[in-house]
Amino acid sequence: MNDRDEILVRIRDLSVTYHTRLGPVSAVDHVSFDIRRGEILGLVGESGCGKSTLGKALLRMIAPPAEITGGQILFEGEDILTFDERRLRDFRGRKASMIFQDPMTSLNPVQRVEDHLVEAVEVHEQKVDRANVLERVATLIERLGIQKRRIHDYPHQLSGGMRQRVMIGLGLVLNANLIIADEATTSLDVIVEAKLVDQLREIRDQYGVSILVITHNIALVAEIADRVAVMYAGHLVEMGSVYQIFDHPLHPYTRGLLRSVPSIKLDDQEELYKMAGEPPNLTHPPSGCRFHPRCPDRMGLCSQSQPQLREVAPGHWVQCWLYQDHPEKESPTLEVTE
Amino acid sequence: MSEVLSTPKKTENLVEVHQLKKYFPVQKSFLDQFLAGRVDYVRAVDGVSFTIRRGEAFGLAGESGSGKSTIGRLVIGLEKPTAGQVLFDGIDLASLDAESLRRLRARMQVIFQDPMASLNPRMSLGEAVMAGLKIHFPESADSHRETAMKVMERVGLTPPQFFFNKFPHQISGGQRQRVVIARALVTHPELVLADEPIAMADVSVRALLLDLMVQLKREYNLTYLFITHDLATAKYICDRIGILYLGKLVEVGELREVYAHPLHPYTQALMAAVPVPNPHERRTMPMPEGEIPNPIHPPSGCRFHPRCPYARAECSTVEPEQRELRPGHWVACHFAEQFMG
Ligand SMILES: Nc1ncnc2c1ncn2[C@@H]1O[C@H](COP(=O)(O)OP(=O)(O)O)[C@@H](O)[C@H]1O
Ligand SMILES: Nc1ncnc2c1ncn2[C@@H]1O[C@H](COP(=O)(O)OP(=O)(O)O)[C@@H](O)[C@H]1O
Ligand SMILES: [Mg+2]
Ligand SMILES: [Mg+2]
Repeated sequence: MNDRDEILVRIRDLSVTYHTRLGPVSAVDHVSFDIRRGEILGLVGESGCGKSTLGKALLRMIAPPAEITGGQILFEGEDILTFDERRLRDFRGRKASMIFQDPMTSLNPVQRVEDHLVEAVEVHEQKVDRANVLERVATLIERLGIQKRRIHDYPHQLSGGMRQRVMIGLGLVLNANLIIADEATTSLDVIVEAKLVDQLREIRDQYGVSILVITHNIALVAEIADRVAVMYAGHLVEMGSVYQIFDHPLHPYTRGLLRSVPSIKLDDQEELYKMAGEPPNLTHPPSGCRFHPRCPDRMGLCSQSQPQLREVAPGHWVQCWLYQDHPEKESPTLEVTE
Repeated sequence: MSEVLSTPKKTENLVEVHQLKKYFPVQKSFLDQFLAGRVDYVRAVDGVSFTIRRGEAFGLAGESGSGKSTIGRLVIGLEKPTAGQVLFDGIDLASLDAESLRRLRARMQVIFQDPMASLNPRMSLGEAVMAGLKIHFPESADSHRETAMKVMERVGLTPPQFFFNKFPHQISGGQRQRVVIARALVTHPELVLADEPIAMADVSVRALLLDLMVQLKREYNLTYLFITHDLATAKYICDRIGILYLGKLVEVGELREVYAHPLHPYTQALMAAVPVPNPHERRTMPMPEGEIPNPIHPPSGCRFHPRCPYARAECSTVEPEQRELRPGHWVACHFAEQFMG
């Protein structure tokens, strides 16, 4: 068993609800999965399926009108949902950090790059030696490919790609174990995005940090992730290694999604698959399997009863009646051999 | 004159763009300008030439700030060039007065990226779709409603009666983009400028919209100027493509030809950067150094030379001309022969 098989975060039956005027929105519904130490885990799905809500819940950054309505988040064995404010603050600074699509919202416009990093250390570590901190920050900046002189720049003087690297730096300077990148490359141009992808990989290799990459860009996940979790309408519908997901997608949603992704390669399909319908409104999620109204393989059972997330091949999980027995099922359960 | 403007002459090239330039003055305080003793310009488009054949989908691709949208606005006459020419169906846009330009523009339509921003929230969808008819064909007011319904049905807003009196906030993002497409097609334009039309849509919706745009092009005999930052999406709709870098066209040709044999180092990098939905084919090519330079003071010679892994001395001093190195495939690089295999 190597380091990568060791589990950093265990998420169990996690549910998050938004209380809105139109009723409760079940944005994350009984979701369970693990994040391993040192892995890059891709969390994909179309917009509105609950990715960001799940990401924020992992840092307990859920505030009204949203509420964590159930479950556990075991970080290195401890349930962060039981932490008091003080422990929570420490956890967020030191153990886990988050990068968003627009880094300007998280950076202080009147604070230089260096001050951001130094302050992060001073807030979370007692008895720090300033010279030592400055040295740590300088080393880190260099590893992130930011020129030394840029350390005295203000956030608005940096390009989008550089700001994202400063955000990554804020996590790394405290040796965080988990970085959550929520659409962190989405507004960047492809070449800048590609460089950030290389950087995230290097950082994982050097620091052994786990990275949860949240994105609606399925091709990006193929490029960067070790494992992939697919969300649909608040549910985790499939999970496996990046090869299992892309070579043998099992859930009809995953299959449809992969066939609708445009590819630049000329020998790939000439026409994209056209999936019927659009994701549902989560104030009134469909009964049974939430994907059933759009599913080409739907059976009578699918609108009545919700399937469980099951491990159908080693490390490959899917939440679909095609792969599970039920007394009312008309067709035989599919065997998965990989 | 009005005949000429409203009836196609059927020139082979619907659009011809010659040495087009657009410089925007940099907004500075009067004092700064006075102290600097000059006005600086953003060279958004800096000498671009290409043609769009009747019935083809011509793609313009490049990173943000490369000048795509500015070229789009120049082509449909929404903006006046600093220098150079745009010919639409053989007519020089600069030769037209405001009224003539307005008449000519009935033959062009635009689809923008954000449907929410381009639809009036207080106008019903039916009204929005009919708006173009009211402006350009006031004489046939009796049939506007029926024409609009037909187009709405065709773009998948079915039944059209259901959508006609709805408002933008009452429908999904994908449906809103269909409304914008219906609104553009209802006047039977010849040229459709689509500026990142589906960039905001999700994959499943995007595949549907892309397919719709391909079908409509065939049915309505449309010519597209399709602007995108996404080379993968372009593959499914464009016949030819031009690659922009800092206001310059670095490469242009049939899409399949350019994608199979990219001859400019920038095109090569841009293509390699696009993630492929296959974990077995991860990128190995390193990305260019640095970032896109400032378009106010672009690099001398070839604008890509400071980041180009193949740059030689000549590249920083002599600006490369467009050369046709393979049939119909033009590239602006002094040393592109080395990539011809
Ligand atoms: N502040 C909010 N108030 C009410 N509903 C919300 C709010 N934020 C998100 N939601 C709802 O929660 C669901 C999941 O949203 P989100 O987690 O942002 O999805 P994703 O990141 O996958 O796009 C969506 O249906 C969305 O409408
Ligand atoms: N109205 C304007 N005034 C000043 N600068 C502009 C204006 N419009 C565009 N620019 C500048 O021109 C360059 C090209 O912009 P644009 O055509 O929008 O590029 P793209 O569509 O490829 O992202 C950018 O540097 C942009 O900041
Ligand atoms: Mg999100
Ligand atoms: Mg643009």
